[in-house]
Amino acid sequence: MERHLDEKLQELKADILGMGGLVEHAIGASVEALKQLDRDAAEKVIASDKAIDELELAVDEKCLDLLALYQPMAVDLRFITMAMKIATDLERMADLAVDIAQRVIELAGKPLLKPLVDIPQLAMLTQKMTAEALDAFVNSDTQKAKKVILDDRAADALRNRVQEELINKYIAKDSSLIPRAMPLLLIARHLERVCDHATNIAEDVIYMVEAKVVKHHQERLSAPFN
Amino acid sequence: MNNAAFNITRMRASYGNKEVLKGITITILPNSVTALIGPSGCGKSTFIRSLNRINDLIPSFQISGDIIYRQKDIYGQETDVVELRRRIGMVFQKPNPFPKSIYENIAYGLRIHGLNIKDIIDETVESSLKKAALWDEVKDNLKQNALTLSGGQQQRLCIARTLATQPEALLFDEPCSALDPISTAKIEELIHQLKKSYTIIIVTHNMQQAARVSDYSGFFLLGELVEFGKTQDIFTAPKDKRTEDYITGRFG
Repeated sequence: MERHLDEKLQELKADILGMGGLVEHAIGASVEALKQLDRDAAEKVIASDKAIDELELAVDEKCLDLLALYQPMAVDLRFITMAMKIATDLERMADLAVDIAQRVIELAGKPLLKPLVDIPQLAMLTQKMTAEALDAFVNSDTQKAKKVILDDRAADALRNRVQEELINKYIAKDSSLIPRAMPLLLIARHLERVCDHATNIAEDVIYMVEAKVVKHHQERLSAPFN
Repeated sequence: MNNAAFNITRMRASYGNKEVLKGITITILPNSVTALIGPSGCGKSTFIRSLNRINDLIPSFQISGDIIYRQKDIYGQETDVVELRRRIGMVFQKPNPFPKSIYENIAYGLRIHGLNIKDIIDETVESSLKKAALWDEVKDNLKQNALTLSGGQQQRLCIARTLATQPEALLFDEPCSALDPISTAKIEELIHQLKKSYTIIIVTHNMQQAARVSDYSGFFLLGELVEFGKTQDIFTAPKDKRTEDYITGRFG
């Protein structure tokens, strides 16, 4: 039976996807601004955040309306509540893109402390995890979602490597390098936080599809669903 | 399970040639609320009506299986049906008070069970009305005809009438379908209070009501119990596709 609610859920899904597209773009643009140390590009990322904030509010409102008007159950309930959480994660990811852009502005106009090696790699992983988390959501693909969750360890490791290198080789040796080292250290942290949010989305997708809570219970990823 | 209130195994029931329950196996725990949901004609009403043998009154009705309440066979030859219905009370969809005073509605059941001491009857009328959350509204008008009460008040009077004979289990067959939302909320609150002392089974078409009031839920379809489990699980993550389709309104 075709339900009126199905149409509304499709709209909600489209909204999340639209928001996801903007967030992917913001992250990509902030990474690009970093590579070029391009102040203007960074400013654009910061300016683009408002649209994403507004979409988050629109998604929240739509979800509350659906909860109040349809009193959804089971898979519908899981979809709507997870859409709300995913919108929150996406909005936070966009804020982190803004944070990265702000660090780029701090770095712009000064020589880079060192050639970037691990940060571009972390940025690539961040963009990949973000794209895959959104794919997993669109296609209700729990296999892809699991992959995102498992990738998060690599993101943590890269962040740690950047952190250790910057602290041990630069900050600990010469405190005058701190203003040029700190933005890089923070960028690694921002990127890694984006990966955490992509992981949250992936976990929410698994709950949405399989009704299985894997958040804070990674061991359940390998257990058969029953 | 020995601590179960009802232990039903392979219950089959039919009206003439039409089989309406096709082997129901379910355990109902005491001091809990169990909600039974399912589309019209799925057998859920037949199921609860079989638990205090109201269906005995239908000539073509046949039933088989192990239907055990507190380790006694409900359909056993030695079962006293009047006593069974005292222990397992029932509240119906449409409030059906006697066309008598509020007081007499409750006193009647006590008298047919042989109680004739006025003080005790008075006390029981008061305590039953209090348990049914109706006392404050009617205490000054106990002589008033019960049919002058509102639908919601009549339904609570019927609950009070059932409670007066000190049942252990209460069967509710769509108790709120004829009531407005305020009266419904009162009955739901009452069910919540009553489960401390009684085993409650409620048949309802209102999914949100089932989700709100019950601890366990069962989904009936075409005479089968498709899924039974904790209410929270049934309504957030049902295991069977048919349950999912029904509670999300994809069919039914």
